[in-house]
Amino acid sequence: MKSLADRPVNPVVGVPVSHESAALHVTGTALYTDDLPIRSSDVLHAWPVQAPHAHARVTELRTAPALGVPGVVRVLTGADVPGINDAGTKHDEPLFPSEVMYYGHAVCWVLADNLEAARLGAEAVEVDYEPLPSIVTLAEAIQKESFQGDQPTVARGDAGAALAAAAHRFSGEVEIGGQEHFYLETHASYVYVDESGQVFVHSSTQHPTETQEIVAHVLGLTSSQVTVQCLRMGGAFGGKEMQPHGFAAVAALGATLTGRPVRVRLNRTQDITLTGKRHPFAASWEAGFDDTGRLVALRATLTSDGGWSLDLSQPVLARALCHIDNAYWIPNIEVLGRIAKTHKTSQTAFRGFGGPQGMFVIEEVLGRCAPLLGVEPSDLRRRNFYNPGQSTPYGQPVRHAERLHAVWEQLLGGADVERRRTDIADFNATHRHLRRALGITPVKFGISFNLTAFNQAGALVHVYKDGSVLINHGGTEMGQGLHTKMRQVAATALGVPLANIRLAPTRTDKVPNTSATAASSGADLNGAAIRNACDQIRDRLAEVAARKLNIHPDDVRFDDGIVTGIGFSDEGIPFAELVNDAYFQRVSLWAAGYYRTPGLHWDAARMQGEPFKYFTYAAAVSEVEVDGFTGAYRLLRTDIVHDVGDSLSPLIDVGQIEGGFVQGAGWLTLEDLRWDVSEGKRRGRLDTQSASTYKLPSFSEMPEDFRVHLFERATESGVIYGSKAVGEPPLMLALSVREALRQAAAAFGPGGRSVELASPATPEAVYWAIDRARTTSREAAKPAGMDAPVPSPVRAQ
Amino acid sequence: MDATQITVNGQVRPCEGISPHLRLLDWLRAEGLTGAKEGCAEGECGACAVLVARPDGDGRTRWTSVNACLPPALAFDGQEVVTAEGLGTAAGPRTAEHLHPVQQEMAERGGSQCGYCTPGFVCSMAAEYYRPERDATGSSEGVETGTAVVGEEHASDHETGPNGFDLSSLSGNLCRCTGYRPIRDAAYALGAPTDDDPLLRRQDRPAPAARPTQAAAGGSRFLRPGSMEELLGLLEQNPDAQVLAGATDAGVEVNLRHSRPPLVLAVDRLEPLLVLTLGPDRIEIGTALTLSEVERGLASRVPLLNQLFPQFASRLIRNAATLGGNLATGSPIGDTAPALLALDASVVLASAGGEREVPLAEYFTGYRQSVRRPGELLRAVHLPLPLAETTAFYKIAKRRFDDISSVAVAFALRLEDGVVASARIGMNGVAAMPLRALRTEEALVGRPWSEETAAGAAAVMETEGTPIDDLRATARYRSAMLGQSVLRFYAQTTAAPALEVTR
Repeated sequence: MKSLADRPVNPVVGVPVSHESAALHVTGTALYTDDLPIRSSDVLHAWPVQAPHAHARVTELRTAPALGVPGVVRVLTGADVPGINDAGTKHDEPLFPSEVMYYGHAVCWVLADNLEAARLGAEAVEVDYEPLPSIVTLAEAIQKESFQGDQPTVARGDAGAALAAAAHRFSGEVEIGGQEHFYLETHASYVYVDESGQVFVHSSTQHPTETQEIVAHVLGLTSSQVTVQCLRMGGAFGGKEMQPHGFAAVAALGATLTGRPVRVRLNRTQDITLTGKRHPFAASWEAGFDDTGRLVALRATLTSDGGWSLDLSQPVLARALCHIDNAYWIPNIEVLGRIAKTHKTSQTAFRGFGGPQGMFVIEEVLGRCAPLLGVEPSDLRRRNFYNPGQSTPYGQPVRHAERLHAVWEQLLGGADVERRRTDIADFNATHRHLRRALGITPVKFGISFNLTAFNQAGALVHVYKDGSVLINHGGTEMGQGLHTKMRQVAATALGVPLANIRLAPTRTDKVPNTSATAASSGADLNGAAIRNACDQIRDRLAEVAARKLNIHPDDVRFDDGIVTGIGFSDEGIPFAELVNDAYFQRVSLWAAGYYRTPGLHWDAARMQGEPFKYFTYAAAVSEVEVDGFTGAYRLLRTDIVHDVGDSLSPLIDVGQIEGGFVQGAGWLTLEDLRWDVSEGKRRGRLDTQSASTYKLPSFSEMPEDFRVHLFERATESGVIYGSKAVGEPPLMLALSVREALRQAAAAFGPGGRSVELASPATPEAVYWAIDRARTTSREAAKPAGMDAPVPSPVRAQ
Repeated sequence: MDATQITVNGQVRPCEGISPHLRLLDWLRAEGLTGAKEGCAEGECGACAVLVARPDGDGRTRWTSVNACLPPALAFDGQEVVTAEGLGTAAGPRTAEHLHPVQQEMAERGGSQCGYCTPGFVCSMAAEYYRPERDATGSSEGVETGTAVVGEEHASDHETGPNGFDLSSLSGNLCRCTGYRPIRDAAYALGAPTDDDPLLRRQDRPAPAARPTQAAAGGSRFLRPGSMEELLGLLEQNPDAQVLAGATDAGVEVNLRHSRPPLVLAVDRLEPLLVLTLGPDRIEIGTALTLSEVERGLASRVPLLNQLFPQFASRLIRNAATLGGNLATGSPIGDTAPALLALDASVVLASAGGEREVPLAEYFTGYRQSVRRPGELLRAVHLPLPLAETTAFYKIAKRRFDDISSVAVAFALRLEDGVVASARIGMNGVAAMPLRALRTEEALVGRPWSEETAAGAAAVMETEGTPIDDLRATARYRSAMLGQSVLRFYAQTTAAPALEVTR
């Protein structure tokens, strides 16, 4: 096969198939990490001792009382660590801390014969704390200049001069809430010491290699002595990229010290209070427009709440800065990013990885400025789209910018936007207490890890003598359908039916040195690696077939389990037969595949380069109906056009788009993390630490009418079978819901006014936006209050 | 006494010697049935849902979906439970693939991504699949799925399928991956069960009878008294015993707050607590009936309660939760109290010494406090007849399905010639206990039901209660919602039907 993007005839990729584990899922027989200990004996259960302070020094830790609880076997403390006491890679996340850095920080772990005993043991542990001053909110951190990591700037042109010269200038501030991952499966690890001292770790991890490395350094072992396996995850969304390592290390430490298998499975409360979340952000901005509504300048400061340690906060911030442009050409721009250090969980990766927060800011700018410019918001957006030949503020050409325009046109036409605008105007004119509105927003999302080195992958493909195929790759399955796609890739590359391909769980002793399954890159990277391995095997088999068919190897075709020559209509060799022949000719039937994304470069210090292989484009239109009495709303309909290249697996891709969208809508409208910010005893405690207080979208929040279309004839050159990544981009399409709510709230007032809408846009937030719109309506002559962006009096610097 | 045992997927499994606090979910998983998962341990996510055979009148059974994470396993002594594993099998070394229709639709239509919530969804969906009242005659219309036409078939009625599938049957199940559309498609694609479907046929026979259970382990006892006398006697001797019906609140206490009461008294199958009688001047509702049973039993006779039920938690919770539990816990945000206050309900308190009836308006005395004395049990709720004609129940929450109220308000008005003859308004979420809005009622009675009266009453209503800021809402929003509820009620009772009605 010639290029990575080319497909053979009758490819198995592109066929809509169900998730490869669907039958196991629906019958309850798919196994997850915590389904394993039940099938073993002699397992120890773990319970953490969580500190009741946002910030404190541990002055005394008395574990002896716990050992008096029947069933308690051991209490793990920092003194037990033979290697490095660090749950991360930056030496800023002690696994067993002597300084409590957030409310609920685990200071030690109790191991017992059963979970009840472990819990009672944890209650019996006596800890003395010396409370220290704490920083809980972003505002406090900014005021006290509590920052961590670098403070990068993305800049192009002269934002200050362009703002000074702009026909229209506006400014504003906005706070963006965080988001709890709330994967249905909480963190779980199960570790035992295997034959000859191998530490075998089952972990619900997106990043088995890093879990392996951290377990190894905590135990003082080499990576070769630790094997990590991930069967599958019950959801991850970025929350299992960095966070699982410490829990695996606790279990591994317990297993090596006691000689018994150890299970660490967090209950929901522990999971929410111990693990990081999507970064909350605060942003301040100044934007300048010309008389035609074109952005001429943007100056902004983005401050993320990184929590107590860096974790992934730096790359998250980098991606936020690299996505503040979203789909828009901004000739003069200067955006400063910084990471607050607060006494909270260490915020981490979450689907979109800073991209959503960056895009939020520019969509906020456009949504708030459109009425003041007298331009319909979606027109304002369209006017500012990138055109072919333009490049991003960080210097990457926006390849296929025309596709953005095509996606937009297809969306507006297909969703019947023009007619529906008329219908909505009629509806609003005849309903005193209800308002409907459309929000239309685009997405341009860069695909690849910002850090170039992560853009590599490996795979292992075995063909057995009977023609069956076993594949293994470095990516993990968290529900996104990666394994389904990888089976389709292998079946396509080898020209065999899908049923011939079995996929074995992800293990570090099969494929080493893998990158996290993250950044939407799982299929791109691992698919290409599998393709590479399959191509090696197929090329060898082609020679065997060519000899048998008496043709040139280039003319051998593999299709649906039959190997034949180009143009042959009746003659063919069954794949299994060819494989068997190859074996007897002593031809290797397995191969290791490898892939590195070509052409990437990134200078993190200057924030310039071409970090992304390509951009994914998409757009959504959402229609909402808002109730003026309560601010409650319904999402009546959402239409999406999404560019996934040539889809590897359409059912899977549509599932990612729909699921990502609803998850984004949850972040923007419903999911509300509340920390205790009082000076009281519970300062720093997360108040929303359960499913009853932290609400995810349910059936009642999905778009009642949901129409997703994959952009067609979208072959992406240089990517596995012409496809594009799909994991993260759709989440940001939910900004269309937020913008629709803003417009619906505005429709209760006279129009022409900028509407401030808090985030998340809960019914209460929408109610206050309506209230402001109505108040403005009653006091129409007064200038906009301090809440609204106003023509800025700020002098250019 | 028979050995304690539970029939799971047709197989009898002994459960001797287990703790009274071991949840059904944990027991199932320890038995190797790991399909049901713990997602939240408080009945919010439904990953633990299973089916249980419940009595359905006339010697019939109804497959009922319940959360397995909340009730103790011992509460299912002698009963029949079906899990996702029992509905169908995947292909494996020892099994051929044989999927239940619900599983088939979920698998084919992309209804599972990570799969963790899926067994619970399958069980909730199966309960609705077998619901006797479901009319599947429209199911032949079919539901399209795939990539070209995703979602386009469902614009008409979002929450009821062409096959009679009630989407709210899945209101207690959360999925974090799919965005729900393929699950809805799967639900709406289901036909009727075939006549030889064993679970359908099982519904034609009685559910297992309740039987007295006695068990003790780890310093705790579990008792299922066989009679009211026995129960009240035990309560008299053990006033601190945990009275357990659906365990939807007590189970959360066990799981999240680690309560381990030494004595658990199961009352959920005790006949005198399961009455539902419609008399000439009152309706009597037994306190151990589940809300789903009350809903079916009343059959829309009380419109205000009819508005309440779909907004009360989720189907999974309503299949277990009881009026008795909701009132006995005395939560300031319990949702039945505002409606019952508006309906002028009273409660019957029973003890070994006899019974007394107390108006609900005098029942609550403070935060989770009531006039109920040690040894007393809520036996029944009385609703006086005739009912006020003009009623509404408004629940203000972040999420429409399965959320906790920021504020809930129930109105019951009697209008005579356009004048408010009587008004009762119940509220929650604005004080330490559910309250009547007495000053607002006063502002309404005797006045014409007009925009002016509504505006005046709304201004009074805004000042009712003593709301606070918390994670659900600000005090300011709560007060605003009280006032807005009056305006909304006025708009709804006077506008052209259907036009201004919001969900």
